[in-house]
Amino acid sequence: MTKEELAVLEAKAKEIRCKTIDAIGFLGVGHIGGALSIVELLALLYFKEMRVDPENPRWPGRDRLVLSKGHAGPALYSALAMKGFFPEEWLHSLNKGGTRLPSHCDRNLTPGIDMTTGSLGQGLSAACGIALANRLEGRDSFTFAIIGDGETNEGQNWEAALFAAHQKLGRLVAFTDYNKMQIDGRTEQVLDLGRLEEKWAAFGWESARVDGHDIAAIAAAVEAAKARAAKPDAKPTMIVLDTIKGKGAAFCEGSVGSHNMAFDYETAKKAIAELG
Amino acid sequence: MATPAKEMRAVYAETLVELGAKNKDIVLLEADLMKASGTGPFQAAYPERTFDVGVAEANMVGVAAGLSAEGKIPFAATFGCFATRRVFDQFFVSCAYARLNVKLVGTDPGVSAAMNGGTHMPFEDLALMRAVPGIAVLEPSDAASLRGLVAAAAERKGSVYMRLHRKAVPDLYPAGEKFEIGKAKLLREGKHVAIVALGSIMVNEALKAAELLAKEGIEASVVDALSVKPLDAELVLREARKCGAVVTAENHQASGGLGSAVAELLAETGAARLARIGVKDEFGEVGTQDYLQDRFGLRAANIAEAAKALAKA
Repeated sequence: MTKEELAVLEAKAKEIRCKTIDAIGFLGVGHIGGALSIVELLALLYFKEMRVDPENPRWPGRDRLVLSKGHAGPALYSALAMKGFFPEEWLHSLNKGGTRLPSHCDRNLTPGIDMTTGSLGQGLSAACGIALANRLEGRDSFTFAIIGDGETNEGQNWEAALFAAHQKLGRLVAFTDYNKMQIDGRTEQVLDLGRLEEKWAAFGWESARVDGHDIAAIAAAVEAAKARAAKPDAKPTMIVLDTIKGKGAAFCEGSVGSHNMAFDYETAKKAIAELG
Repeated sequence: MATPAKEMRAVYAETLVELGAKNKDIVLLEADLMKASGTGPFQAAYPERTFDVGVAEANMVGVAAGLSAEGKIPFAATFGCFATRRVFDQFFVSCAYARLNVKLVGTDPGVSAAMNGGTHMPFEDLALMRAVPGIAVLEPSDAASLRGLVAAAAERKGSVYMRLHRKAVPDLYPAGEKFEIGKAKLLREGKHVAIVALGSIMVNEALKAAELLAKEGIEASVVDALSVKPLDAELVLREARKCGAVVTAENHQASGGLGSAVAELLAETGAARLARIGVKDEFGEVGTQDYLQDRFGLRAANIAEAAKALAKA
């Protein structure tokens, strides 16, 4: 990736971060921590890696994303709005009665959302089904999935892990947002996940572990997965992202309480100003 | 009619093979019970459209949801206990709430689970699935209705739960009879009591009960409900109003399934008095199907007794 390209993506990440803080702050409460930890990933996916058409959100030839940690929807909505899937004004309708932007992702409400998620542990299975369907149709589309670290406690992920490897879903590229925090505390205290990348490798996946706030590092891992997928019998890929919950907003960065927290619009505006 | 040699699971597989020839979007999912479900012929015909996910029902339902999001029409089967209580949230959220199009088939309903016993005996699957908004909940009663309802399920835009009794059962309908989701069938017309029954076991017991009642001068209608949700309110109410007394009969808890669906309808309309034949808040247990039908009171005699009491009240 060129320096210029990286600068553009870093600017996109900052914009996603600001819009997400703004939208949740405007509402006054929300899942800010786990939204801000995936911002760099979303910037990379939507502004470099993913083939999408905002004019035709269900275009069969597109790449798909299943945001299994559906509570991070507000960050994805920011990226989708910036990409032109819907007007940016919608972002202030977050969680208001009748909104098209609910707390957790809904494929029937929001243009650009490929799967309804929110009950943790279910999205990776759906991503497997989507990847299978694309293969049956002979499409070269990639299916991306983002799961949370706390979400990884759910056993269904490990059923899906076996399945994706068995089916050789080489065009399935998943990410774990390893921000080391879940609702009740640090993951190592609640239910220790250990070296996640080794677990996925043991389940038959290609796995990598990179700094989830380093866009160039994530890009290199995604490009490697794409290169492997061109070969027959490629394995699915899990990219474990070391991230920081609430990254980039001083009022919540690195705090367990940021999973779902209340903060006023003034706090949001101050945090956005600090991002420059 | 005589008992046909063909097992219901063979009819299920044949029907899917036929539908799959016309519609390449039909795909099959199994969770290490393909031998039990009898769907080998589909796999033989369309190996690329068959996915055995192993003993992982939650993943099966999630994969089905993903396939459906891309326009596929997945038929996913496992024992009814696993298809409902084990994966209720997966089916609820990833399939039904997501407004997707997954056909979930629960085999071995109620006492037909027989030797597998209480852990495997779904007496509550209909109650669970009736609570899921927007889906259809079906139980065919013979080979023809199975063919018809599988085809109707494939046509329907939206998720479906269907009970499948795997063994051979007596024919009730001629081949080629038309079936629709939400439509019951009147198998026998009477005027004193209407028996509304569900599934092969109980529909056949209801027909026997009608014979017993006829000997005592009580003329019973027998309705094969087929679709618990949506319930055929028109036919049930017509028979209820005509007879003034209704007995429901199901291979399931008397509460939560067909009995409750009919009770709600009758309570809201005041159309008729009601008695319910079904399992009375008990768990299943091991035994032959015969033993279990006696044990849980799922016999023609139980239906006839309830009908008589109502008709004479």
